Amino acid sequence: MPTVLLPPRHYLNNGYGIRSWLLTRDHKRIALLYLAAVTFFFFVGGAFAVWIRLDLATPAGDLVSDETYNKLFTMHGVMMVFFFLIPAIPSVLGNFLVPIMIGAKDLAFPKLNLASWYIYMLGGAFTLYALVSGGVDTGWTFYTPFSTASSTTNVIPTALGIFITGFSSILTGLNFIVTIHRMRAPGMTWFRLPLFIWSTYATSLINVLGTPVIAITILLVAAERLFQFGFFNPALGGDPVLFQHLFWFYSHPAVYIMVLPAMGVVSELVAAGCRKPVFGYSFVAFASLAIAVLGFLVWGHHMFVAGESVYSALIFSILSFMVAIPSAVKVFNWTATMYRGAVSWETPMLYAYGFIGLFTIGGLTGLFLAAIAVDVHVTDTYFIVAHFHYIMVGGTIMAYLGGVHYWWPKISGRLYNEGLAKLSAGIIFIGFNLTFFPQFVLGYLGMPRRYHAYPEEFQVLNVLSSAGASILGVGYLIPMVYLMWSLRYGRAAGSNPWGAVGLEWTTTSPPPTENFSQTPVVTWNAYEYSPKVDHVA
Amino acid sequence: MGTTPLFPVSASTMAPRVDALYFFLIGVTVFFSLLIAGLIVYYAVKYHRRSTDAVGERIHGSLWLEVTWSVVPFLITMVIFVWGASVYFAIASPPAETLNIYVVGKQWMWKFQHLDGQREINELHVPVGRNVKLITTSEDVIHDLFVPAFRVKADVIPGRYVNIWFNATKPGRYHLFCAEYCGTRHSGMIGEVVVMEETEYQDWLSGGGQEGSLAAAGEKLFADLACNTCHRPDSAGRGPVLTGLFGQTVTTQAGEMVVVDEAYVRESILNPSAKVTAGYQPIMPTFQGLVSEEGLLELIEYVKSLQAQPQAQPLSDAR
Repeated sequence: MPTVLLPPRHYLNNGYGIRSWLLTRDHKRIALLYLAAVTFFFFVGGAFAVWIRLDLATPAGDLVSDETYNKLFTMHGVMMVFFFLIPAIPSVLGNFLVPIMIGAKDLAFPKLNLASWYIYMLGGAFTLYALVSGGVDTGWTFYTPFSTASSTTNVIPTALGIFITGFSSILTGLNFIVTIHRMRAPGMTWFRLPLFIWSTYATSLINVLGTPVIAITILLVAAERLFQFGFFNPALGGDPVLFQHLFWFYSHPAVYIMVLPAMGVVSELVAAGCRKPVFGYSFVAFASLAIAVLGFLVWGHHMFVAGESVYSALIFSILSFMVAIPSAVKVFNWTATMYRGAVSWETPMLYAYGFIGLFTIGGLTGLFLAAIAVDVHVTDTYFIVAHFHYIMVGGTIMAYLGGVHYWWPKISGRLYNEGLAKLSAGIIFIGFNLTFFPQFVLGYLGMPRRYHAYPEEFQVLNVLSSAGASILGVGYLIPMVYLMWSLRYGRAAGSNPWGAVGLEWTTTSPPPTENFSQTPVVTWNAYEYSPKVDHVA
Repeated sequence: MGTTPLFPVSASTMAPRVDALYFFLIGVTVFFSLLIAGLIVYYAVKYHRRSTDAVGERIHGSLWLEVTWSVVPFLITMVIFVWGASVYFAIASPPAETLNIYVVGKQWMWKFQHLDGQREINELHVPVGRNVKLITTSEDVIHDLFVPAFRVKADVIPGRYVNIWFNATKPGRYHLFCAEYCGTRHSGMIGEVVVMEETEYQDWLSGGGQEGSLAAAGEKLFADLACNTCHRPDSAGRGPVLTGLFGQTVTTQAGEMVVVDEAYVRESILNPSAKVTAGYQPIMPTFQGLVSEEGLLELIEYVKSLQAQPQAQPLSDAR
């Protein structure tokens, strides 16, 4: 193999020093700012998770007090949901890739993009302040009237942090929508777009339409908590269940904010991993939009036991089954893409296999929860915890890591250690299943979630779960090491180390600040591998 | 450490019905998970990339396949929907005749009031083989009453009465959990349901309850709060006659038809002007803050007990 060198001029060496980063308007540098920030929040949230699992190794919960335990799971949820899962793929991979994949120089509003990052950091700072100044114990769901009338912890600073961060989501979503509409290179028609763009577009729609609702809801909680306005507290004439409607009206679509970009990443991984067009491209693309639309109509399935009327429950149940269908269609299409492919066993594809398998289990266990009679028994138990971790961790984080590994050579210009990468992917897969599979069993047995102490007969399954969590933790640390190592010592990747198609692989690794030396003109569909098209500029 | 169960005890008439659907869902899950995982492994081995510049075949899709794998899962989910909904109807519809027990949740304990006057905390005695209805409310935040062995659960919501019903099939002691996070000692808000043979249950009933029945306590409170100055047994009072009222439909001043149920009685005590019966003046003062949740339940039970005596009722409607 000929020695490959980094290009002489690229976005990483276009300016050094702190100002060149903190005042940058380059979407690629902003993506790296996000990468640093979400990685930080991921490890903070992960540390809470490990702490929780250590405490749950014994039935009495001997490690921490009740108050501390409640704060741990609250901060774990807040950090992971609002500061990692929601922003991770759009803000890091989306920021880096959306302009390059469509052949643009940057996002439509580069300054707004930088502002989004500062808003996100400001929200994060509020939440961290809430954390170090005593924490918060409401759960990430902030259910009223507990959050407005009963909790004595830092509800307001935490909620304010989430409120502020929401604007970052809205602005990033807006930026992506405008960019995808207005900045596509000549010839890049809608149906030539990579599927990652379709899913990012669908996600952005949800962000723009849904996030204002959670923002308003947070303001109502703050108004009731500070000024005794009676929105939710029945003692003040409010309705506690109203909060749940408002909260889930955003927070269920938010699940799709977390998982749709992951689906987009997996479509890219599978296409490149099989060197083949994604099977049923238009079905996969429209499935993203169907999920975005239907996702807004199923919030009531979080409230089957919360005093919901029988007939509303039936409507939400049937709609919840319907939203499962586009996800199933995607899974079948990814699997079918492998048929007669040139299938790779490299790290990104290992993550894609992991995603498809775990997301399938996560999705199918969702059917248990849509079936109201079974939901009555398993809701608010560890079954729920297991289900959404299969979607969020088994799905979203697997895809995120797969995407980071796939595009790392493009982002950094260098290759990581493939052996270590495969090893850590395996460790993560095993650790994940050991952590969360026993929780399905615990849930059907009846162990409620958010329990600091539990009956002794549940201990064996809890110990298995805790053991898995420690393995999972190690699995997540290893990539930190070899990816950092590759930044300095990794071999130069060359512009297209995977032999993939897609505009991002036609430019240098790392790309120049303006992404392409000249504006590409697109004359081919996405994923045209065979016959091989040589379209390097 | 004792035994490690992998499946919960089944101790109510509902449990086998929920379990049957659960097993069907496990079947569906295992089938599709193995199908997908099997195909992935098979394709990954069979079509493993053999040279660095190999590419896959140019296959774009198949409408026939897309339709198949949209419609078949859809039909399966509709089976699950109908099945889940029908069992849910049974869970959500208490039978006409039930043994009623009032439940008040508060941070962090469960209080149970039996009609005969027994009061319990974190322990609930019920007879085997009878339909039991728990009429629940909360004093503070949202709680959730969950008995895994019965496969029933419902949020216990302040300001509302939520019913949970079950018919226990096996004597024994079963976990009772609070399943909605409610603050510091959430995981300590637990107890036991004690299911007893009918005769033991009768013994247990006669063992406690020196305070008299719940309705009697309500009658005393009714007098203490001077409710009886306006709500008199004859029609001479300034408020409606309560005798025989519970379960009836009344017309409000706004012309709305309202069923007199637990929630309406509660609202009429705490917020009397909300739904005034047509023909009466909105002169009743609020009792918000003057009556505890338990007191409200006693008053409700007293109103329920005021059934018109002379009117011949079919025996089966005794309670």
